[in-house]
Amino acid sequence: MAINKGMTRRNFLLNVAGSACGATLLGAGLSVYSRQTASMPALMIRPPGALDEEAFLGACVRCGQCVRDCPYDILHLAGLGESVPLGSPYFVAREEPCRMCVDIPCVKACPTGALDHSLENIDDARMGLAVLVDEENCLAFRGMRCEVCFYICPLLGEAITIDLLPKTGSEKLPRFIPVVHSDTCTGCGMCEGACVLQEAAIKVFPRYFALAKEAEQHRYDDEGQKLMNEGEAEDTPFSSDPLETIKSGRESL
Amino acid sequence: MARLTEIGAAALHSKGWFKSHQWLLLRRLCQLSILGLFLLGPVAGIWLIKGNLASSMILETVPLSDPYLMLQVLLTGHVPELVGLLGAAIVLVFYLLVSGRVYCSWVCPINLVTDAASGLQRRLGIKARTHYSRQTRYWLLGMTLVLALMTGSLVWELVNPVSIVFRGLVFGLGLGWGVIVALFLFELLVSHRGWCGHLCPVGAFYGLLGRVSLLRVVAAKREQCNDCMDCFDVCPEPQVIRPALKGEKGHQSPVIKSGLCTNCGRCIDVCSKDVFRFGLRK
Repeated sequence: MAINKGMTRRNFLLNVAGSACGATLLGAGLSVYSRQTASMPALMIRPPGALDEEAFLGACVRCGQCVRDCPYDILHLAGLGESVPLGSPYFVAREEPCRMCVDIPCVKACPTGALDHSLENIDDARMGLAVLVDEENCLAFRGMRCEVCFYICPLLGEAITIDLLPKTGSEKLPRFIPVVHSDTCTGCGMCEGACVLQEAAIKVFPRYFALAKEAEQHRYDDEGQKLMNEGEAEDTPFSSDPLETIKSGRESL
Repeated sequence: MARLTEIGAAALHSKGWFKSHQWLLLRRLCQLSILGLFLLGPVAGIWLIKGNLASSMILETVPLSDPYLMLQVLLTGHVPELVGLLGAAIVLVFYLLVSGRVYCSWVCPINLVTDAASGLQRRLGIKARTHYSRQTRYWLLGMTLVLALMTGSLVWELVNPVSIVFRGLVFGLGLGWGVIVALFLFELLVSHRGWCGHLCPVGAFYGLLGRVSLLRVVAAKREQCNDCMDCFDVCPEPQVIRPALKGEKGHQSPVIKSGLCTNCGRCIDVCSKDVFRFGLRK
């Protein structure tokens, strides 16, 4: 203690250095640990309006008010030893999917905006994305008229549509295949919760997990018109493809 | 120091059991009531208050948030909703009035655990004096803030036993029992007042608020002190007493000025000479 009369400068400095080192080492350990725990398991879904996972873990104070205000009690706070970052809210769609309340009480309850208050229409929520993961076992792919996921979808006919797969030689009927659309699917998980198989053939995953992403290069539409990537400047005389710059000739420079 | 009598025996004799335990009783009542209020919702469906110590809402109108936690959120680069900031401001003003570490001794659930360890230690005569500086908590406080700033994530909340235990009690404890047992054994066998008095960064933060707070313990009748040392032995932060109690000759104020004083009032209880009372900072 600083007021001890027997404390020499040397001892004082050593004490300070010891405490500082201890705190730094602990901090370093903690930050490594936090990276390990930062990855959510694929089947644990954040409530609607949740910021991107990294921002979410900085904004959520783990108060559980979203859990309390969910009228269907679907949300849990991660306990000690679970693979979800400690104390943060999640739900498991197969157990209890999000019912997509129009007034979004969980978001309103959040005191920090970790669940983004700018989400006003629940249809704009992007909790995850439903993916038909198992075509082998999905009844529709096996030629049966199931379509439970299609009919239970809160955005009926928008987030999941039924495509006809033309019949092949041995089949008597075309197959009625559910197709998920990423531009409308909210990731509520009603489809996963309702799938009649013992293990769901359609599952909700975090969007970064479920969606492929094109490389940052040229894309063309059906008429051969160039599609712009996000953030790509349109008015440059140079194409990012050197070949095209050469082809377009010097007069354009 | 070998003691011939129990701490507070003289006070018990001269003041009676109730008068020599009144602040302790009030404090336990307060700690358990707060926990009870939070449990009333999930257990009985009466939602007077919702959430936990990190952030809560009283009767759907008054927000409360932990200012230490909101500071960490700000450091991660996220600006909380107004309701969260307002809650933090309310709590901040409250603790500036009653002293920050009132959180430690009147609210925090860990206090029950570490007080129990401390009591058992005294009864069994265990000396657990692994020594490190009481300043360590400030380094840990700094570390938690730097971590929030550098990682952009509330890293401390992954391991903070204070929030693990309270959240656990309200939302389901699970393995959180382990944290309670670990802290109990740590305080009992490894380090006397080791967590609450030396390491806990939450207490360190609230201790900083206590440096300017209004409500204080005052050694008002210090001239009656008979040097029985009971207050020093019962106090969780005994270093805060001396300047106020023994500062007579140097004409120092009898007010305990250190922000680390938790305003637990045990010194008032155990003093047979009624030296201490609650008063205001002058």
